[in-house]
Amino acid sequence: MITGSEALWQALIDEGVKTVFGYPGGQIMPVYDSLCKYRDRVRHILVRHEQGAIHAAQGFARVKGEPGVVIVTSGPGATNVITGVADAMTDSTPVVVITGQVPSAALGTDAFQEADVIGLTAPISKWNYQIRSADEVTWAIARAFYIARTGRPGPVVLDFTKDAQVGLTDYHFEPCNFIRSYIPDPKISEQAVSKAVALLDEAERPFVVFGQGILLGHAEDELKAFLEKGDIPAGSTLLGLSALPSDFPLYRGMIGMHGNIAPNLMTNACDLLIAVGMRFDDRVTGTVSTYARQAKVIHIDIDTSEIGKIIPVTTGIRGDAKKVLALLTERMQPRKHPEWNTAFDRCDTVEKERVIDPEVHPSDGLLRMGEVVDCVAAASGGNAVIVTDVGQNQMMGARYSRFRQTRSFISSGGLGTMGFGLPAAIGAKVGAPDRPVCLFVGDGGIQMTLQELGTIMQEGVGVKIVLLNNNWLGNVRQWQELFFGCRFSETRMLNPDYAMIATAYGIRCATVTDRRELDAALETMFADDQPFLLDVHVLEEGMVMPMVPPGKGIHEIMITESEWYS
Amino acid sequence: MVQLAMENEIKEYTVTIYTENQIGLLAQITNVFTRHGLSIWSLSAGATSMEGIHNITIVTAGPEKKVKESVQQIEKRVDVIKAFYYTADKIVYRELCLYKVSTPALLEFGDSEALLNRYHARIVEMNKIFTVIQKTGYSDETARLHDELKNVGVLQFVRSGRIAVSRAEQEPVFKFLRKREKERNQQLNK
Repeated sequence: MITGSEALWQALIDEGVKTVFGYPGGQIMPVYDSLCKYRDRVRHILVRHEQGAIHAAQGFARVKGEPGVVIVTSGPGATNVITGVADAMTDSTPVVVITGQVPSAALGTDAFQEADVIGLTAPISKWNYQIRSADEVTWAIARAFYIARTGRPGPVVLDFTKDAQVGLTDYHFEPCNFIRSYIPDPKISEQAVSKAVALLDEAERPFVVFGQGILLGHAEDELKAFLEKGDIPAGSTLLGLSALPSDFPLYRGMIGMHGNIAPNLMTNACDLLIAVGMRFDDRVTGTVSTYARQAKVIHIDIDTSEIGKIIPVTTGIRGDAKKVLALLTERMQPRKHPEWNTAFDRCDTVEKERVIDPEVHPSDGLLRMGEVVDCVAAASGGNAVIVTDVGQNQMMGARYSRFRQTRSFISSGGLGTMGFGLPAAIGAKVGAPDRPVCLFVGDGGIQMTLQELGTIMQEGVGVKIVLLNNNWLGNVRQWQELFFGCRFSETRMLNPDYAMIATAYGIRCATVTDRRELDAALETMFADDQPFLLDVHVLEEGMVMPMVPPGKGIHEIMITESEWYS
Repeated sequence: MVQLAMENEIKEYTVTIYTENQIGLLAQITNVFTRHGLSIWSLSAGATSMEGIHNITIVTAGPEKKVKESVQQIEKRVDVIKAFYYTADKIVYRELCLYKVSTPALLEFGDSEALLNRYHARIVEMNKIFTVIQKTGYSDETARLHDELKNVGVLQFVRSGRIAVSRAEQEPVFKFLRKREKERNQQLNK
């Protein structure tokens, strides 16, 4: 017989877990006590705030494609992870969160550090369960991992009562691979595939928009083969970035509010839109009523409830992206669309001249955010895992990074959680120790989870932090300038000396204010695998362009504050 | 435009949900309605003839698109087996009502037997002080009887949630569960 706590560690090990992120507290102490016996097999990373643990687990999961594991205590420990659980739910990230809970006899009595974790997390988790007996531990863990990682992945919360932690049980682990009420890999409809093939064979101007489903479904190669056989240009959502290499000939850039001009504009010019593993977020579509109205639409997603939710479809195919794309590629005719593909080039030329060149190669003035991202891409050879926070740093990081391999871009897309970046970068580096991990973060976001510098110090996590410091909450500032009559309400930030902060944590740092210092600083930063903070002072009024303003159609694109693409 | 108008037309729907017997599932289901701004007009829940499987029937009203979206998101919950929505013509349904009236007042009313017969209602308990009348049927019928009993004086009136069976020959959930059982066996044999 072993205790429920020991069964928990044993079951985690049997699920293949080697790393967990956590923070101890009263109602999870038996679990932390048993950890002493499993130290040789499990690395526990002690964060500085529970929000840091969950975002780190998300970064870890995104880079590795395996569930990230979080262990925290009851009450405040549990409520502190809630933002991350919601974030993982919107961004389909597999995480397993284990929260301590008061003894089952004390449930519902407002006991010390009791919170209704099941009630709180039900709407924002894929599944949750309260473990009230040691005998349930292995069953719950096996089921949690199966649910978190299969189908459309997501967060699972296990609320572990203290009596279940100390209770005794016979250990017997059996992996879960079947739940009758849950169909993670639906059978692909033959009829839908035939209809889609017919649409593909007829199309003159087909266009693919793909999302994170390609990465989650390991469908990168199938996507490439599909695009090549059909000679179909493709655009990526924010979370789909790096599924295709940036220089893949049929890859035409990012779609959405700050995406590239060509793929946005061509969405409203194509005759067939093929959406794969994406969910038509409003940041992707702009005004829905004018989005791709001229096109027939094929929507491929593993989650039935996404098909037809926002955009009416001609054909919806429920299924795994890898399998569906392989089927379509096999059955469709090879095609060539030279004219259609060339149509994208004109937009690219304008974007390069009017937006990209001024941002990346400004002749003078202060450093620009896009320029910094571009230099980082050059210095890292495009091999780094890019992590971003939320805001202008995120959009610049997405627009100007270059990717060579998959799972190289980690960002909070759906929920837009400021403070995500620093802990997520820690998790990404722990998950991919052999790759450089570079974080783009603003002076607003870094201060939301700044305490995690302590985690970097203690664990020696070699994260490269590039702080795009403009003394503003830049994205909100941009909206205030464009849409709120330049009333800069509460967006100006007085900043601390970040170099001093980094030094206090024993993290090497450099401050760059001049363009001429940037390359040398980056060279120093990338010279080894140690943590580094690069505080780059950038143009305060920098804006992310192009922009599809809120309330506008995806074809209505601003290229500067006062000019529209035409 | 016609299609759009139809999509936005507010209609009454009966949502039938089959679930595993898991704590907290009802809250998850009602949460989905709340999120979509759909109010729950009535709700009934109970065990089915299949061991461990529960049935929840919810009556709501809203545009079909919203109801469909909600039903899909409910079915997406891991422990929900199947969820369906129907307009009234696709189901046979009933509600149960109990009316408590004063026995002396009922006796004084005189014509109570004819009244109850007309409504296919019956007395389930009678004592010196009060009488409990039971009626099953549609809500407009039960409401009409309530109106008529007002002359007698209704001391208490309660109405159950709706229960419904589909007009399909067999509940699709049975077929689904048989299929899943087969798939489980295949999985085990692998």
